[in-house]
Amino acid sequence: MDWEVKIETKLKDGILDPQGKAVKTGLKSLGYENVDSVFVGKYMEIIIKDISKKEDASEMVEDMCKKLLANPVIEEYKYELNKMEG
Amino acid sequence: MAENGWEKEGLTKEEYDKIVDLLKRKPTDTELGIFGVMWSEHCSYKNSKLVLKDLPTEGECVLQGPGENAGIVDIGDNQAISFKIESHNHPSAVEPFQGAATGIGGIIRDIFTMGARPIANLNSLRFGNLNNKRVQYLFKGVVAGISSYGNSIGIPTVGGEIYFDDVYEGNPLVNVMSVGLLDHADIATATARGAGNPVMVVGAATGRDGIKGASFASDELTEESDEDRPAVQVGDPFLEKLLLEASLELIKSGALIGIQDMGAAGLTSSSAEMASRGDSGIEIDIAKVPVREEDMTSYEIMLSESQERMLVVPKKGKENVVKDIFEKWGLHAEVIGKVTDDGMLRILNDGNKVAEISASLLADEAPEYTRETKKPEYLRTIKAVNREKIKSDNFSEDLLKLLSSPTIASKKWVYEQYDHMVMTNTVVGPGSDAAILRIEGKNKAIALTTDCNGKYCYLNPYRGGAIAVCEAARNIVCSGGRPLAITDGLNFGNPMDPEIYWQFKNSVQGIIEACQKLKTPVIGGNVSFYNESPKGAIDPTPIIGMVGLLDSISEQVTMDFKKEGDLIYLVGKNIDELGASQYLKLKIDKVDGIVPQLDLDLEKRVQKTVRSAVKEDVIKSAHDCSEGGLAVTLAESCFENGLGINVDIDEPISDEALLFGESQSRIVVSIAPDDLHKFEEITVSNSVPYMKIGTVQSREYKFNELINLDVGEMKSKWEAAIEVSL
Amino acid sequence: MKAGVVTFPGSNCDHDVYNVLSKIFSFDTDLIWHQKRHLNNYDLLVLPGGFSYGDYLRSGAIARFARIMDSVIDFALAGGLVLGICNGFQILLESNLLPGAMKVNDNLKFVCKNVSLEVNNNKTTFTNHYCENEIIEMPVAHGEGNYYIDKKGLNSLIDNNQIVLRYANQSENPNGSVENIAGISNNKGNILGLMPHPERCSEDIISPGRRDGYRLFSSIVANLKAGGEQIG
Repeated sequence: MDWEVKIETKLKDGILDPQGKAVKTGLKSLGYENVDSVFVGKYMEIIIKDISKKEDASEMVEDMCKKLLANPVIEEYKYELNKMEG
Repeated sequence: MAENGWEKEGLTKEEYDKIVDLLKRKPTDTELGIFGVMWSEHCSYKNSKLVLKDLPTEGECVLQGPGENAGIVDIGDNQAISFKIESHNHPSAVEPFQGAATGIGGIIRDIFTMGARPIANLNSLRFGNLNNKRVQYLFKGVVAGISSYGNSIGIPTVGGEIYFDDVYEGNPLVNVMSVGLLDHADIATATARGAGNPVMVVGAATGRDGIKGASFASDELTEESDEDRPAVQVGDPFLEKLLLEASLELIKSGALIGIQDMGAAGLTSSSAEMASRGDSGIEIDIAKVPVREEDMTSYEIMLSESQERMLVVPKKGKENVVKDIFEKWGLHAEVIGKVTDDGMLRILNDGNKVAEISASLLADEAPEYTRETKKPEYLRTIKAVNREKIKSDNFSEDLLKLLSSPTIASKKWVYEQYDHMVMTNTVVGPGSDAAILRIEGKNKAIALTTDCNGKYCYLNPYRGGAIAVCEAARNIVCSGGRPLAITDGLNFGNPMDPEIYWQFKNSVQGIIEACQKLKTPVIGGNVSFYNESPKGAIDPTPIIGMVGLLDSISEQVTMDFKKEGDLIYLVGKNIDELGASQYLKLKIDKVDGIVPQLDLDLEKRVQKTVRSAVKEDVIKSAHDCSEGGLAVTLAESCFENGLGINVDIDEPISDEALLFGESQSRIVVSIAPDDLHKFEEITVSNSVPYMKIGTVQSREYKFNELINLDVGEMKSKWEAAIEVSL
Repeated sequence: MKAGVVTFPGSNCDHDVYNVLSKIFSFDTDLIWHQKRHLNNYDLLVLPGGFSYGDYLRSGAIARFARIMDSVIDFALAGGLVLGICNGFQILLESNLLPGAMKVNDNLKFVCKNVSLEVNNNKTTFTNHYCENEIIEMPVAHGEGNYYIDKKGLNSLIDNNQIVLRYANQSENPNGSVENIAGISNNKGNILGLMPHPERCSEDIISPGRRDGYRLFSSIVANLKAGGEQIG
C-alpha cells in the first residue's frame, strides 16, 4: 500500500514569526486592511511506499516530523495521510 | 515541419535557406531547434563578431584569450587568474531572484571549468528610478538572488557598482564578473579530442526548464515577457557547490581531456563547441541523459537549460575515476556518448538518429552580419549645457542631495547582504574603488573592479567606452595595483536598429583605443543585445571588468583619509565642464550635454604618477573622481574615519564645474606633510598637472567658501539614502 | 595539538578555519569528511560555517544526521572541546548539544558586517584571553542567526553563566536574537556555539587592528597546553 502525506510545519504560537510579520505588512500595504495575522510555514508532500497498515504509516510520519522535518523547540506540525489510488 | 518553422526558432528565412544549403537537405525539427539556439546572437555573436575582432586580445600576461569558457592572465609564481563577466538581464527582468541567482551560477561554472577555484564575484547592476514600485521589486529581488546564491556557494561578493536611471526601468542589467585562481599546471580547456574517448554528463538531471533561454535572451522584452516565465531557470547553489568541488577534484586527477559548462543552449552548445574546438565529432544518445521529468522529447533534452550541469570528456578507461569523484559529492556522472573523428555532432535517441550536423557548422559557421549603422538623431541636438539654468544658490544642499541620490549613495544596504569575507582573502571589500584580495601564501594581491557610465556612452559612445576602460584602470591604480587585463560586458539595444548598432560599434572602438593605450587586453566577455522595453532601448552600457596586480600587499591603498594634518593633492586637472554629470540630473532631471573630455596620454601619465608614488610609499589614500565630481570624491574619502577637509582651490572655472563637474583623469590623494617634496618630485618628473588643494582636518567639511558641512551629517544621509527610498 | 574540522556538503568556511588552526596556531589539523564514522584522537573539533546541505529545510537540520555526527556527539558528551561557528552553531542546536533553536533574522535578510560583542563570560576554555565584559569586534555573516530559547531555558542559561557572547547592544544585534545572544556554551563548558566568525578576524592582513578572533583560538591553545585532557 502506498501513502501520500501532506505535512505542514509552522512556528509555535507565541514565537515571533519574522516572515509572517513581513507578509502581513505587505498585505496591509496593498490595502488588505482586514488582515489580522499571518503565519508563514512550510508545506511538504511525501509519498511512502509499501506499508500496509495506516497506523504504521502514521507512526513513521510522526517519527520523521519529530526527528527532522520540524524542530520541536520552535515548530509545530500537522499532517494528512491518504491512501494512494491504484 | 510547419511552413515557417524557422521563425519559431528565431531564425530568418535567409538563415533557413543557408541551413538547407549547407546540409543539402531539410533539417529535422530537432536539428532546426539546434540551429536556432546555436545561431542565436547569444551563442553565435553573429551581429557582433565582426566588430569585436579588432579588440586587442594579446599581451604579456595573457595565457588564454577569448574563445574558451573564460580568459586567463598570469600573475607570476606559476599562478594565474581566470575571469569573465556575463549578463543575465532578461531572466532578471521577469524573475529577478532566480534570474540573478542563475546568472551567478553560470559565470562561476565558466571559471571553474578553466581549472580555477572561484575566489570572488562582482556585480554590475542597473535599475530604473527607485521611486518606482516595480523597480524596487526588481532591485530587491536581484540583490536577494545574488545574496542567496553567492553566499550559499561560499564565494565572496567583493565589489561592483549600481546605477539607477529611467532607461533601465523595464530592462534592468545584471552583469556578474567571477574571478578564479589557479596554477598554470591546472589550466583546463573545453575541448573534445581523441576518437573513442567517452562523453559524460555530470551534475544535475535534465528537466524542461529554460528551454530556448538563449533565444529568449536574443529578443526584446515585451508586455508578454512575463508570461515567458517557464524560460527562466531555477538555480540550486548547494548542487553547484558540490559540482564545483567535484570538478576541481576531477581536473586535478589527470583523467580529463576537456570540460565545459552547459550554459545557454545546454547540451547542444556544449557538445558542438567542445567538438568543434578539438576538430572532432561527438556522438551522444540522449536516452542516456539522466532526466527528472517524464516523456521529454529529444528536442527538449538537447535544448534544456537546466542548471548545474557540465559536459565532461575523460580519457578512455577513466570513466570510473569520474564516477567515483562525482559519487563522493553525491552527483550523477553518466556516459552518454563518445568522441568521434568525423567532425559531426550526431544525436541518437535510444540508438535512432535524430540529428546529424557538422559541429563546426554549428559553432563556427553561423552567419556574420555587418549591420547597418546610422548616427543617432538625438546626437545632432546635443549641445553644451545652458549654465544659467543650473546655477546653484546653495552648494551645501546640492552636495547633500547628490550624496543621497541612489547612484552616488552608499551601497551598504546592498553589500551587507553579500558575504564579502568568506574565504578570508578580502583585504578591501565593497564600497572602495577596487576590491583587494590577498593571494594566500604569497605576498602579492589582486585588485578587482567593474565600471561603466551608461550616460556617457549614450551621449558619446566612443568616448564613453574609452572612459569606462580608463576609470576601471584608475580604480585599480587608486588601490595600489597595476592594471592587467579586462573582460567586457557589452549591453545594448536591438542591433537591427542602425542607431543602436552605431552606438555599439563606436563604444567598442572607444574600448579598443583605451585598451591599446593602457595596455590592458580583452581576455573575454559577453554581448547582450535586445535590451529594450516598450519604452525604448537602454543606454549603451559596455561594462568593463578589470583585474590588477599588487606586487606586494603592502602597496595597497584605500580611499579614506587617514590622519588630520595630512595634505590633500589633486593629480590631473579641473576643466570647466558639467556635461553628462549627476549634477545635471539633480538640477534639470536630465543628463545631457557634452561628455567630459578624455586625453588618453594625460590619463596614462596621471595613473603612472600615482603608481610611482605608491611604489615610493608616499600615498596614504587615493580616490578617483567620478560621478558627482570633486566635491563627492572628497566627501567619500572623509567617511570611513569620520575626518573632515579644509580645501581651498583657486581655479578659473565656474563653481558648479569645480565642485560637481566630472572631468576625467583626476585622482585625489592624501600624503603625510613630510612627504611633500618627494611627492611633488614624482609629479614633476611625470610632467603631470597637479595641485595641493588642502588638508585633512577633524569632522568639518569645508570647500572654499562654498560648502561647509558636518561630516557626520553628510555620512548619515549618504548611508541611509537607499534604505530610505525603499 | 590535533584539531578536526568537519566538512559537510555545503560547508564553506571549513578551509578558513583549517587555515587559521594549522597555519597560525600550528594545530595538526584534519578536514573530516561527513561520511566518516570514527574520529582520531582530537583535542578540538570544529563544526564550520557554511550552508550544509544547502540549509534546506532548516539550517543545520540535515547535517545533524550526517554519519560523522554520532561520533561528534559522543566526543562532545565525553567532554571533548567542540566549537560550532555560524552554521556549526546551528548544527549544535539541532543536535541538542546546546539548548534553543535558530530562526531567520528578524529583517529576513542575510547580513554580513562587523559587529561589536560583549564578552559575557571570560571564564570559559574558549574566552579566557578576553577581559570580563570586554567589548570586541567580529564579523557576522548569516541569514538565520536569530537565537531563540524559552523563558525557562533562558533562566537556566543565565543561572549557569552559559551566555558567553552577546551583541554589545540592541543596535549591534544583527538578527533579533533573545537577550542579544551571540554565543552560548553548554553547562559543562566544553562546547561553544557562536554566530560570529572568529576565523575571519585572526590575521592582521584581512582585519587590521581588529584581531579579536585570534584570542578565541589562543584561549583554546593555552588551555590545551596547560593540560586539557584528550578525549578519544
